[in-house]
Amino acid sequence: MEIKVMANILDKNDQIANHVHHRLSGQGIFVLNLMGSPGSGKTSLLEQTIAALKEEIHIAVIEGDLFTSKDAERIEGHGVPVIQINTGGGCHLDADMVQSVLDRLDLDKLDLIVIENVGNLVCPAEFNIGEDVKVTVLSITEGEDKPLKYPLIFKQASAVVLNKTDLLPYTSFNMQAAVEDITSLNPHVTLLPVSCRTGEGLTVWYDWLKEQVAAKKQLKAVNAACK
Amino acid sequence: MAIAQGILDIALNTAAQNDATKILRVSLLVGQLTEIEPASLRFCFTALAADTPAAGAELEVTVVPLTGRCRDCGGEFAIDHYRFYCPECNSAAVEILSGRELKVEHLEVE
Repeated sequence: MEIKVMANILDKNDQIANHVHHRLSGQGIFVLNLMGSPGSGKTSLLEQTIAALKEEIHIAVIEGDLFTSKDAERIEGHGVPVIQINTGGGCHLDADMVQSVLDRLDLDKLDLIVIENVGNLVCPAEFNIGEDVKVTVLSITEGEDKPLKYPLIFKQASAVVLNKTDLLPYTSFNMQAAVEDITSLNPHVTLLPVSCRTGEGLTVWYDWLKEQVAAKKQLKAVNAACK
Repeated sequence: MAIAQGILDIALNTAAQNDATKILRVSLLVGQLTEIEPASLRFCFTALAADTPAAGAELEVTVVPLTGRCRDCGGEFAIDHYRFYCPECNSAAVEILSGRELKVEHLEVE
Protein backbone atom coordinates (compact mmCIF):
# COMPACT_ATOMS: atom_id res chain seq x y z
CA MET A 1 0.00 0.00 0.00
CA GLU A 2 1.26 3.47 -0.85
CA ILE A 3 0.53 6.42 1.45
CA LYS A 4 0.93 10.00 0.29
CA VAL A 5 2.59 12.03 3.05
CA MET A 6 4.13 15.33 1.83
CA ALA A 7 5.47 16.28 5.29
CA ASN A 8 8.30 18.76 5.80
CA ILE A 9 11.09 16.98 7.66
CA LEU A 10 12.14 20.16 9.47
CA ASP A 11 8.61 21.27 10.43
CA LYS A 12 8.99 20.40 14.11
CA ASN A 13 12.25 22.33 14.37
CA ASP A 14 10.82 25.32 12.49
CA GLN A 15 7.80 25.47 14.83
CA ILE A 16 10.04 25.61 17.89
CA ALA A 17 12.27 28.17 16.15
CA ASN A 18 9.19 30.34 15.58
CA HIS A 19 8.31 30.12 19.29
CA VAL A 20 11.84 31.15 20.28
CA HIS A 21 11.81 34.00 17.79
CA HIS A 22 8.40 35.21 18.93
CA ARG A 23 9.37 35.14 22.59
CA LEU A 24 12.63 37.03 22.08
CA SER A 25 11.07 39.51 19.63
CA GLY A 26 8.49 40.33 22.28
CA GLN A 27 11.38 41.48 24.45
CA GLY A 28 12.96 43.48 21.60
CA ILE A 29 16.05 41.26 21.70
CA PHE A 30 18.03 40.91 18.47
CA VAL A 31 19.23 37.32 17.95
CA LEU A 32 22.21 36.45 15.82
CA ASN A 33 23.11 32.91 14.71
CA LEU A 34 26.90 32.97 14.23
CA MET A 35 28.11 30.20 11.93
CA GLY A 36 31.34 29.17 10.21
CA SER A 37 34.08 26.54 10.07
CA PRO A 38 36.04 25.46 13.14
CA GLY A 39 38.90 27.94 13.44
CA SER A 40 37.33 30.61 11.23
CA GLY A 41 37.38 33.04 14.17
CA LYS A 42 33.78 33.03 15.42
CA THR A 43 34.81 33.17 19.08
CA SER A 44 37.54 35.75 18.40
CA LEU A 45 35.02 37.96 16.60
CA LEU A 46 32.67 37.57 19.52
CA GLU A 47 35.35 38.44 22.07
CA GLN A 48 36.30 41.60 20.19
CA THR A 49 32.64 42.54 19.75
CA ILE A 50 31.82 42.11 23.44
CA ALA A 51 34.89 44.10 24.52
CA ALA A 52 33.93 46.95 22.17
CA LEU A 53 30.17 47.07 22.67
CA LYS A 54 29.31 45.73 26.13
CA GLU A 55 29.05 49.22 27.65
CA GLU A 56 26.38 50.31 25.15
CA ILE A 57 24.62 47.01 24.37
CA HIS A 58 23.55 44.34 26.86
CA ILE A 59 24.84 41.12 25.32
CA ALA A 60 24.42 37.46 26.25
CA VAL A 61 26.00 34.51 24.49
CA ILE A 62 24.83 30.94 23.92
CA GLU A 63 27.77 28.74 23.00
CA GLY A 64 27.25 25.59 20.97
CA ASP A 65 30.04 23.07 21.16
CA LEU A 66 30.38 19.32 20.64
CA PHE A 67 31.79 18.42 24.04
CA THR A 68 33.83 21.21 25.64
CA SER A 69 33.24 24.56 27.37
CA LYS A 70 36.46 26.12 26.05
CA ASP A 71 34.68 28.86 24.05
CA ALA A 72 32.25 29.62 26.88
CA GLU A 73 35.20 30.09 29.25
CA ARG A 74 36.74 32.59 26.81
CA ILE A 75 33.46 34.54 26.67
CA GLU A 76 32.97 34.40 30.45
CA GLY A 77 36.25 36.25 30.85
CA HIS A 78 34.58 39.28 29.27
CA GLY A 79 31.94 39.51 31.99
CA VAL A 80 28.76 38.86 30.00
CA PRO A 81 26.22 36.07 30.65
CA VAL A 82 27.10 32.91 28.76
CA ILE A 83 25.34 29.56 28.52
CA GLN A 84 26.99 26.45 27.22
CA ILE A 85 25.10 23.91 25.12
CA ASN A 86 26.99 20.69 24.50
CA THR A 87 25.52 18.82 21.56
CA GLY A 88 27.30 15.59 22.59
CA GLY A 89 28.65 15.02 19.10
CA GLY A 90 25.74 16.65 17.24
CA CYS A 91 27.12 18.79 14.43
CA HIS A 92 24.68 21.73 14.82
CA LEU A 93 22.36 23.45 17.28
CA ASP A 94 18.63 22.98 16.85
CA ALA A 95 15.74 25.15 18.03
CA ASP A 96 14.82 22.86 20.93
CA MET A 97 18.32 23.12 22.42
CA VAL A 98 18.09 26.93 22.32
CA GLN A 99 14.55 26.99 23.72
CA SER A 100 15.57 24.78 26.63
CA VAL A 101 18.18 27.25 27.92
CA LEU A 102 16.29 30.54 27.49
CA ASP A 103 14.94 30.56 31.06
CA ARG A 104 18.50 30.69 32.32
CA LEU A 105 18.92 34.19 30.84
CA ASP A 106 17.54 37.39 32.34
CA LEU A 107 15.72 38.41 29.16
CA ASP A 108 14.49 41.73 30.58
CA LYS A 109 18.04 42.99 30.66
CA LEU A 110 19.20 42.02 27.16
CA ASP A 111 19.47 43.78 23.79
CA LEU A 112 21.39 41.12 21.89
CA ILE A 113 21.83 37.35 22.09
CA VAL A 114 24.59 35.86 19.98
CA ILE A 115 24.28 32.12 19.48
CA GLU A 116 27.61 30.70 18.38
CA ASN A 117 26.80 27.56 16.42
CA VAL A 118 28.93 24.42 16.23
CA GLY A 119 31.88 24.96 13.85
CA ASN A 120 30.62 23.43 10.60
CA LEU A 121 29.70 24.79 7.15
CA VAL A 122 27.04 22.14 6.45
CA CYS A 123 24.29 21.28 8.96
CA PRO A 124 23.87 24.56 10.90
CA ALA A 125 22.58 26.17 7.69
CA GLU A 126 19.55 23.83 7.64
CA PHE A 127 18.35 24.45 11.20
CA ASN A 128 16.62 27.68 12.18
CA ILE A 129 17.09 28.34 15.89
CA GLY A 130 14.89 31.41 16.36
CA GLU A 131 17.38 33.95 15.08
CA ASP A 132 16.73 37.29 13.36
CA VAL A 133 19.75 36.88 11.14
CA LYS A 134 22.45 34.37 10.31
CA VAL A 135 26.03 35.58 10.00
CA THR A 136 28.67 33.35 8.42
CA VAL A 137 32.38 33.80 9.17
CA LEU A 138 34.80 32.71 6.43
CA SER A 139 38.51 33.06 7.11
CA ILE A 140 41.12 33.81 4.46
CA THR A 141 43.04 30.59 5.24
CA GLU A 142 40.03 28.42 4.29
CA GLY A 143 40.28 29.40 0.61
CA GLU A 144 37.94 31.30 -1.70
CA ASP A 145 36.34 28.12 -3.08
CA LYS A 146 34.19 27.54 0.02
CA PRO A 147 31.09 29.62 -0.88
CA LEU A 148 30.28 27.52 -3.94
CA LYS A 149 31.21 24.27 -2.16
CA TYR A 150 28.88 25.04 0.77
CA PRO A 151 26.37 27.36 -0.91
CA LEU A 152 23.51 27.19 1.57
CA ILE A 153 25.35 28.69 4.54
CA PHE A 154 26.42 31.65 2.40
CA LYS A 155 22.98 31.97 0.77
CA GLN A 156 21.23 32.11 4.17
CA ALA A 157 23.57 34.69 5.71
CA SER A 158 22.54 38.34 6.06
CA ALA A 159 26.22 39.18 6.48
CA VAL A 160 29.44 37.32 5.70
CA VAL A 161 32.48 38.27 7.75
CA LEU A 162 35.74 37.62 5.88
CA ASN A 163 38.16 37.19 8.77
CA LYS A 164 41.99 37.14 8.97
CA THR A 165 42.52 39.75 6.24
CA ASP A 166 45.94 40.40 7.82
CA LEU A 167 47.00 37.04 6.33
CA LEU A 168 46.09 38.00 2.74
CA PRO A 169 49.72 38.74 1.72
CA TYR A 170 50.79 35.24 2.85
CA THR A 171 48.13 33.19 1.07
CA SER A 172 46.87 32.73 -2.49
CA PHE A 173 43.33 33.67 -1.41
CA ASN A 174 41.60 35.43 -4.32
CA MET A 175 39.47 38.11 -2.67
CA GLN A 176 37.83 39.18 -5.93
CA ALA A 177 36.69 35.61 -6.69
CA ALA A 178 35.38 35.18 -3.12
CA VAL A 179 33.39 38.43 -3.31
CA GLU A 180 32.01 37.54 -6.76
CA ASP A 181 30.93 34.04 -5.69
CA ILE A 182 29.29 35.21 -2.45
CA THR A 183 27.40 38.08 -4.09
CA SER A 184 26.34 35.89 -7.02
CA LEU A 185 24.83 33.44 -4.51
CA ASN A 186 23.45 36.14 -2.28
CA PRO A 187 23.14 39.53 -4.04
CA HIS A 188 21.83 41.36 -0.96
CA VAL A 189 24.49 40.18 1.50
CA THR A 190 26.60 42.57 3.57
CA LEU A 191 30.28 41.69 3.16
CA LEU A 192 32.57 42.61 6.03
CA PRO A 193 36.33 42.04 5.62
CA VAL A 194 37.96 42.13 9.07
CA SER A 195 41.00 41.06 11.00
CA CYS A 196 40.22 40.12 14.58
CA ARG A 197 43.98 40.14 15.23
CA THR A 198 44.77 43.68 14.03
CA GLY A 199 41.27 45.14 14.46
CA GLU A 200 41.08 46.20 10.80
CA GLY A 201 37.48 46.48 9.57
CA LEU A 202 35.90 45.75 12.95
CA THR A 203 34.35 49.21 13.30
CA VAL A 204 32.25 48.58 10.19
CA TRP A 205 31.06 45.27 11.71
CA TYR A 206 30.21 46.96 15.03
CA ASP A 207 28.23 49.66 13.20
CA TRP A 208 26.31 47.05 11.18
CA LEU A 209 25.49 45.12 14.36
CA LYS A 210 24.47 48.24 16.34
CA GLU A 211 22.15 49.24 13.50
CA GLN A 212 20.43 45.80 13.59
CA VAL A 213 20.03 45.92 17.39
CA ALA A 214 18.60 49.46 17.24
CA ALA A 215 16.16 48.49 14.47
CA LYS A 216 14.88 45.60 16.58
CA LYS A 217 14.31 47.92 19.57
CA GLN A 218 12.48 50.35 17.34
CA LEU A 219 10.27 47.58 15.97
CA LYS A 220 9.31 46.59 19.51
CA ALA A 221 8.43 50.21 20.32
CA VAL A 222 6.31 50.52 17.16
CA ASN A 223 4.50 47.26 17.93
CA ALA A 224 3.83 48.41 21.50
CA ALA A 225 2.45 51.74 20.21
CA CYS A 226 0.16 49.95 17.74
CA LYS A 227 -1.36 47.87 20.52
CA MET B 1 21.46 12.31 11.87
CA ALA B 2 18.79 14.77 13.06
CA ILE B 3 17.25 14.78 9.59
CA ALA B 4 17.26 10.97 9.47
CA GLN B 5 15.49 11.00 12.85
CA GLY B 6 12.93 13.47 11.48
CA ILE B 7 12.25 11.19 8.51
CA LEU B 8 11.92 8.14 10.74
CA ASP B 9 9.51 9.94 13.11
CA ILE B 10 7.27 10.98 10.21
CA ALA B 11 7.40 7.49 8.68
CA LEU B 12 6.60 5.68 11.95
CA ASN B 13 3.76 8.08 12.85
CA THR B 14 2.22 7.83 9.40
CA ALA B 15 2.50 4.03 9.38
CA ALA B 16 0.88 3.79 12.83
CA GLN B 17 -2.00 6.06 11.76
CA ASN B 18 -2.62 3.77 8.80
CA ASP B 19 -2.37 0.52 10.82
CA ALA B 20 0.66 -0.59 8.84
CA THR B 21 3.06 -3.02 10.48
CA LYS B 22 6.00 -2.73 8.11
CA ILE B 23 7.50 0.15 6.12
CA LEU B 24 9.06 -1.01 2.86
CA ARG B 25 10.03 2.26 1.23
CA VAL B 26 10.27 5.94 2.18
CA SER B 27 10.31 8.36 -0.74
CA LEU B 28 11.89 11.76 -0.18
CA LEU B 29 12.00 15.03 -2.09
CA VAL B 30 15.37 16.69 -1.50
CA GLY B 31 16.13 20.09 -3.03
CA GLN B 32 19.40 20.76 -4.79
CA LEU B 33 20.10 23.64 -2.38
CA THR B 34 20.07 21.55 0.79
CA GLU B 35 23.02 20.08 2.61
CA ILE B 36 21.89 16.48 2.24
CA GLU B 37 24.29 13.74 1.24
CA PRO B 38 22.06 10.76 0.28
CA ALA B 39 24.70 8.14 1.18
CA SER B 40 25.19 9.50 4.73
CA LEU B 41 21.45 9.98 5.12
CA ARG B 42 20.83 6.31 4.20
CA PHE B 43 23.54 5.22 6.64
CA CYS B 44 22.00 7.20 9.51
CA PHE B 45 18.46 6.14 8.63
CA THR B 46 19.39 2.44 8.53
CA ALA B 47 21.04 2.72 11.94
CA LEU B 48 18.07 4.54 13.51
CA ALA B 49 15.43 2.32 11.87
CA ALA B 50 16.84 -0.94 13.28
CA ASP B 51 14.29 -2.65 15.59
CA THR B 52 11.43 -0.46 14.32
CA PRO B 53 8.74 -1.20 11.67
CA ALA B 54 11.00 0.75 9.28
CA ALA B 55 13.94 -1.67 9.65
CA GLY B 56 15.28 -2.53 6.22
CA ALA B 57 13.13 0.11 4.48
CA GLU B 58 14.52 1.56 1.29
CA LEU B 59 15.14 5.31 1.29
CA GLU B 60 14.37 6.67 -2.15
CA VAL B 61 15.74 10.17 -2.82
CA THR B 62 14.44 12.38 -5.64
CA VAL B 63 16.54 15.50 -6.11
CA VAL B 64 14.54 18.62 -6.97
CA PRO B 65 16.47 21.05 -9.19
CA LEU B 66 17.08 24.65 -8.11
CA THR B 67 14.82 27.04 -10.01
CA GLY B 68 13.89 30.69 -9.50
CA ARG B 69 11.52 33.45 -10.52
CA CYS B 70 12.47 37.05 -11.23
CA ARG B 71 10.30 39.50 -9.26
CA ASP B 72 11.03 42.23 -11.80
CA CYS B 73 10.37 40.61 -15.19
CA GLY B 74 8.47 37.52 -14.01
CA GLY B 75 10.78 35.11 -15.85
CA GLU B 76 11.23 31.57 -14.49
CA PHE B 77 14.53 29.74 -14.95
CA ALA B 78 16.97 27.10 -13.70
CA ILE B 79 19.57 28.57 -11.33
CA ASP B 80 22.95 27.35 -12.58
CA HIS B 81 26.16 27.61 -10.59
CA TYR B 82 24.20 29.18 -7.73
CA ARG B 83 23.96 32.45 -9.64
CA PHE B 84 20.93 34.27 -8.19
CA TYR B 85 20.54 36.85 -10.94
CA CYS B 86 17.85 36.81 -13.60
CA PRO B 87 19.34 35.55 -16.89
CA GLU B 88 16.89 37.78 -18.80
CA CYS B 89 17.08 41.18 -17.10
CA ASN B 90 20.00 40.64 -14.66
CA SER B 91 17.86 41.65 -11.68
CA ALA B 92 18.96 40.45 -8.23
CA ALA B 93 15.33 40.16 -7.08
CA VAL B 94 15.23 36.39 -7.57
CA GLU B 95 13.03 34.18 -5.40
CA ILE B 96 13.54 30.44 -5.10
CA LEU B 97 10.75 28.40 -6.70
CA SER B 98 12.15 24.95 -5.99
CA GLY B 99 15.35 23.41 -4.66
CA ARG B 100 14.89 23.87 -0.89
CA GLU B 101 12.60 20.84 -0.36
CA LEU B 102 13.19 18.43 2.50
CA LYS B 103 10.02 16.36 2.44
CA VAL B 104 8.75 12.86 2.97
CA GLU B 105 6.70 12.44 -0.19
CA HIS B 106 5.17 8.99 0.29
CA LEU B 107 5.55 5.64 2.03
CA GLU B 108 5.19 2.08 0.80
CA VAL B 109 3.83 -0.02 3.68
CA GLU B 110 2.17 -3.33 4.37
